[in-house]
Amino acid sequence: MTPAITADKLTKKFGDFTAVNQITFEVKKGEIFGFLGANGAGKTTAMRMLNGLSRPTAGQAEVAGFNVYRQAEKIKRHIGYMSQKFSLYEDLTVRENIRFYGGIYGLPGREIRRQEKELTASLGMEGYSNTLVKAIPLGWKQKLSFSIAIMHRPEIVFLDEPTGGVDPITRRQFWEMIYKAASEGMTVFVTTHYMDEAEYCGRVSIMVDGHIAALDTPRALKEQFGAESMNDVFLQLTRPNQ
Amino acid sequence: MRTILFIVRKEFLQIFRHKVMLPLIFLMPIIQLVILAHAADFEVKNINLYIVDNDMSQASQQLIGKFRACRNFNIVGHSFSSRVAYDEIQRGNADLFLEIPPHFQRDLLRKNKGSLQLSINAINGVQAGLANAYANAIIQDFNSQIRMEWASLAARPALPGLSVTFSNWFNPEMNYKTFMVPGILVLLVTLIGMFLSGMNIVKEKEIGTIEQINVTPIRKYQFIIGKLLPFWIIALVELSIGLFVGWLIFDIPVVGSLWLVFGFAAIYLLVVLGLGLLVSTITETQQQAMFISWFFLIIFILMSGLFTPIESMPPWAQSITRFNPVAYFVEVMRMVLLKGSNLMDIRHHVIVMLTAALAVNVLAVMNYRKTN
Repeated sequence: MTPAITADKLTKKFGDFTAVNQITFEVKKGEIFGFLGANGAGKTTAMRMLNGLSRPTAGQAEVAGFNVYRQAEKIKRHIGYMSQKFSLYEDLTVRENIRFYGGIYGLPGREIRRQEKELTASLGMEGYSNTLVKAIPLGWKQKLSFSIAIMHRPEIVFLDEPTGGVDPITRRQFWEMIYKAASEGMTVFVTTHYMDEAEYCGRVSIMVDGHIAALDTPRALKEQFGAESMNDVFLQLTRPNQ
Repeated sequence: MRTILFIVRKEFLQIFRHKVMLPLIFLMPIIQLVILAHAADFEVKNINLYIVDNDMSQASQQLIGKFRACRNFNIVGHSFSSRVAYDEIQRGNADLFLEIPPHFQRDLLRKNKGSLQLSINAINGVQAGLANAYANAIIQDFNSQIRMEWASLAARPALPGLSVTFSNWFNPEMNYKTFMVPGILVLLVTLIGMFLSGMNIVKEKEIGTIEQINVTPIRKYQFIIGKLLPFWIIALVELSIGLFVGWLIFDIPVVGSLWLVFGFAAIYLLVVLGLGLLVSTITETQQQAMFISWFFLIIFILMSGLFTPIESMPPWAQSITRFNPVAYFVEVMRMVLLKGSNLMDIRHHVIVMLTAALAVNVLAVMNYRKTN
């Protein structure tokens, strides 16, 4: 089976600063792949190269079987993306946002209306279709963003710190949504800096200063570093002198 | 096509959702039109004239009477000293003074000539020039009148002379509003078009939604057209309202074809909106976009021939106006509305605008990058 994502010595430089330094990894189809790292370690930059928002400086990568240099627009047909910056229109209602994104992904009108019903029902937001997005709580916004990002049934979904700033219960529900998507065959590429979330991932990579310092299943990583939790693994990697 | 409609619908939803935007887009320009049309009047009225009459003769009184009868001049005072008159100009109470020397009438009768002095405050050059012209016209008039009177007195044959008469075509009453309103309309439509479109994409950059758009398979031209179309429609509606108000309040004549005006406006707006989009592709914040838009708009407006005739600019400035879309539209508006020009008369303008529209929008689409 061909992998969903392959990256080979993928590098991004901004002037003299190397944000992402020769990262190499593979993500299997249907996997939940955690991309961990401190703030500024290069997670977002790496993700932006994979989803076609940013051109790599060097190295190779393929996403859904397409080359990131030559076929960036083809990649965009096969992926979903939920950015760190909140990505819905605050001055549009829940329904208008769903219709807009469904529309620009080219979903037929019937399909958009069906999903709109299904989606608001599964999020428990039936009464809020005509509420402006800016008026709903952050947790709902994040779950709505995710649902909209996978409306067009992409092969791979990229989530950039999707649970930043939300309460533990919502985070839990959010991860249930991720599991559900993965169980339907979707590959999930997720960045986070919550170490407890790392435990939910199939495999995790830990980025330190632009390169991948460790990559394996959470269990193997804990064994390798003789650590109790992913938090310990992370601290050992990022602050080796303490 | 369907994708474009989804964007257009979203833009309209967002524009009409904001309670501030509607009056901003539709009401403010109309208020501006009404105010500006009254203010941008170049006829100089109420020129304050100070009289220094050192002759106190029948002739000097006759001359002063002519100034008094002219509605452009206000006589604000009399004195026998040019010093006092000069001080009045210094204090800003008078714009000019007329000095009639002693023996004015005697010299006129005996030597057949006389001299007068006009001293004009020329800080405002345009006003000074006009005041000078008006005063000279009055003096000329006085001159020929006394010639007639005294010539017949002396039973001499009237001197032959050339007289020039004027007739003002296309704006027979020399009504400044007729001349200004079509031009001001151009400005208002331009402002709305350039700012709304210029701010639009930058705003999406600022709030981050542009990322979400860029990660979709949407085509660049779809995105740009979807963004242009709403403002193109709004600006055309705005133009219709403006023309209607101009016709209603200022009695602006519509000699030529309205279809031609709107046809040209449609092309012109593509240029303006394209410029706005171009600005928004090269800037990161609304502040930057606003600043750059203003920079160009100020140049466009001041060099548009609306306030000062392009013909009186130095040659280098005239060649700059060839690249000024506003100048073309101002000219076309005046030509079609006031003179009744047809498509053949404005074909040069149409060709230039079409080329510019193509160039600007191709550049905007090229400059908009989904992948950085």
